[in-house]
Amino acid sequence: MNANEILQVDGLKSYYRSPEGHLKAVDGVSFAIEKKQVMGLVGESGCGKTTVALSMMKLLPTSAEIMGGRVLFHGEDLLKKTEDEMANIRWRKISIIFQGALNSLNPVLSVREQIAEAMLAHKTVRADSVDEAIDRLFNAVRLDPNRKNNYPHELSGGMKQRVMIAMALACNPEIVIADEPTTALDVIVQRRVLELIRSLCKELELAVVLITHDLSVVAELCDKVAIMYAGKIVESGEIYNVFESPKHPYTQGLLRSLPKMKEKKTEISYIPGSVPDLTGTLPACRFYSRCPYAQKICAEKEPPFEVVSPGHQTACHFWKEVEQS
Amino acid sequence: MENLEAQFGLNQPLWVQYIIYLKNTVTGNFGISYQTRTPVGDMVFPALMNTLILLLPATAISIAVGIGIGMIAAWRRGTKEEVAMSGTTLVLYCMPTFWLGLLLLVMGVLYLGLPVGGMFTISFGPENAFARFSDLLQHMALPLATLVLGLVGQYVLVMKGSLLDVLTEDYMVTARAKGIRRRKLMWDHGFRNAVLPMVTLMALNIGLSFGGAIQTETIFSWPGIGLLTYRAILSRDYPALQGAFLVIAVAVILANLIADLLYPFLDPRVVA
Amino acid sequence: MAESKNSRIFTHLESLRKFWKAYKRSRTGLIGAGILAAFIAMALLAPYLAPYSPSRIFLTEELQPPSWKHLFGTNESGQDLFSQVIYGSQASLIVGFAASLIASSIGTVLGITAGYFSRIVRNLILRVTDFFIVIPSLVLMIVLASVLGPTLSSVILAIGLVGWTGTARVVMAQTLSVKELPFIEASKSAGAGNSYVLRNHILPNVMPVVFAQTVLVIANAILYEAVLTFLGLGNPSQITWGQILEFAFNSGAITTAWWYVLPPGLSIMLVVLGFSLTGYSLDEIFNPRVRKI
Repeated sequence: MNANEILQVDGLKSYYRSPEGHLKAVDGVSFAIEKKQVMGLVGESGCGKTTVALSMMKLLPTSAEIMGGRVLFHGEDLLKKTEDEMANIRWRKISIIFQGALNSLNPVLSVREQIAEAMLAHKTVRADSVDEAIDRLFNAVRLDPNRKNNYPHELSGGMKQRVMIAMALACNPEIVIADEPTTALDVIVQRRVLELIRSLCKELELAVVLITHDLSVVAELCDKVAIMYAGKIVESGEIYNVFESPKHPYTQGLLRSLPKMKEKKTEISYIPGSVPDLTGTLPACRFYSRCPYAQKICAEKEPPFEVVSPGHQTACHFWKEVEQS
Repeated sequence: MENLEAQFGLNQPLWVQYIIYLKNTVTGNFGISYQTRTPVGDMVFPALMNTLILLLPATAISIAVGIGIGMIAAWRRGTKEEVAMSGTTLVLYCMPTFWLGLLLLVMGVLYLGLPVGGMFTISFGPENAFARFSDLLQHMALPLATLVLGLVGQYVLVMKGSLLDVLTEDYMVTARAKGIRRRKLMWDHGFRNAVLPMVTLMALNIGLSFGGAIQTETIFSWPGIGLLTYRAILSRDYPALQGAFLVIAVAVILANLIADLLYPFLDPRVVA
Repeated sequence: MAESKNSRIFTHLESLRKFWKAYKRSRTGLIGAGILAAFIAMALLAPYLAPYSPSRIFLTEELQPPSWKHLFGTNESGQDLFSQVIYGSQASLIVGFAASLIASSIGTVLGITAGYFSRIVRNLILRVTDFFIVIPSLVLMIVLASVLGPTLSSVILAIGLVGWTGTARVVMAQTLSVKELPFIEASKSAGAGNSYVLRNHILPNVMPVVFAQTVLVIANAILYEAVLTFLGLGNPSQITWGQILEFAFNSGAITTAWWYVLPPGLSIMLVVLGFSLTGYSLDEIFNPRVRKI
């Protein structure tokens, strides 16, 4: 355990109830977040990334349940806290920026009211200095402070996302979780918002969990990355190590499918097959059906999450073969 | 016979009669009732007032109760209390209003000693204002209860549905993530969004409430516009009927207008 | 292109089985269907279930409370109320079905027309629908029923000609969404004319929604029938539950004769409840965006 780690997720399991049985969206996920570090959580749609984020803050809908594991924040297990205790921790210590700010803001309240609400609930700002504080936040996210009295429907997608970012920073949290912050935006706005996030992280010395399916975004912003597949983490480590020398077939597949500027290839490589049904019985290694290195042992014995080099872990029986190719 | 016809203007061609009628209406002259030989205007406006004495409190109470029960039902969905509440509401919704009135009439007269009908007991003189008022309340109690029970069902169901929809919206998760406590969550985020369809429902329900008023006034002999309409129809009193119809239509349209004006204040997405 | 008759029947049976499997899931739906089955049986088997003829007069037994001889007591003319309530189910249900048939047909035709054709047509139909929604339905029905004469047929017509607005709206919404589906455009580019598209593509996709909606319309129609006959606009010589209550009210004896008031009203309530529960369950199955009550 690293002295810099402020949050550890340990063996988190969150399942959704469905008529076909339990949907094992997150099935034994462990990782750690360090101070001032930007960690990327990468995976396809439906691999459980958002569920991890919601579970960490105990914001799961009633159709889901945390079945096991711990979320240690400064040593205390958040999963054991009551709703009232969580209400104190949420936003004040850990805040979250949701994807698709389309509907993440209350349509009948002005933007100022919604940010002020958070500040006043956690008493981080005195009532008479709220407007000043909001102005400062708006400037930090490069929004015109005069727009704080607007309603969400009067703002564009990019502006709403900036409001979400400003709101997430309003109480000076230690950790900010950004769930696909740029997915709903067009490419140019994406670039601006990402640059904004990067500069804010450095300025405010935040720890950030950046959830995304876009590897190029991760490459730009993150110090560390964890790759998720079908509810489990298959590889994690420092960004350069993982990108230069991936040890898991899935990571390798993902990296290979990124078209690179200098290559002459005309065909895009991809990973055949699709994500397995998380309600049924699954092979021991969930990537089994799509893996080019798969052998019988992969279906029977779950690959252990082991260290392959300092700070670099992976869950694959044959990572040495992957390393070589 | 010709005299009567001339008196009522019935010897003119139909379209002339209609133009004269419209002209008269605008100046407040609604014609003479066939039945009572009194000006329809004198009959229709006091009757409307009497109906409003019942309808306005009934609407206010049923909306308040509807919102309250609807919110509780949505918040505690699936529990035994909620199923009982929703079940009772549904059963109420399936009863004809007049039958509800009949039941309340029987119970009220037999067990509570409430008056059997009408708006006032004739024997009270105008001096004793307090006694007159309590007399009015006693006469109002049963018809008011009937109307409220008849209207409340739909408000409960719509509020519950609306709140359930709102609770699944993304902004509710955002609000919870901000550490907002349950009560503020329910009111500032849940209620303020869930109440919007209720305003639209209120506007639509005005027509239904007049239907309920007709039934209630018939059962309790309440001298309102519903009773007047009903009697006019049965005695083929066309001037009275036209007058009543006109007044009801104007009242409904006005009420809808008010709802239309109110809505933008509650929902900033709608431009006034 | 003609499928063999056998395979078509087979696919119909298959979809029926699938439908029943989905419907079975809802407990309230089953309760509703059960209630309906009971009352329809009551109506069909009335001659066997009723101990006496409903019009038979028991001379010395007027306004008697319930007894073993008269399970629901007697009315002011000495007639057995139990038999009247049982026979009353026939007319009450028939009026409900007939009126909703008219209302559904009008609503479906107007809804499809509004949804499928030009904006001008749609706006016209919407204005007409608005008129019928704003003006209190009961008032319109009372006017129609009194003009058409004191028979049950006029009650049926009055309800049918006024109660179509709900169906029209739902059908219009459904038509609008079906119209946008790609296969419609494909069909048209292949040369299909309007009547072909309407008959073979729009109508089959709209009917499930109409079916679910009609059940709820029947519930409302039965309620309105009760009110209209109670107000004296029906035919006094034809027994419906509302008619029984009309006699009860006008006999002046209701404050003492509770047995006169209770059974007919309870029957109305139960039947309406049955149709409503069934209708909500059907709505869940056929109308995809509807959320569970």
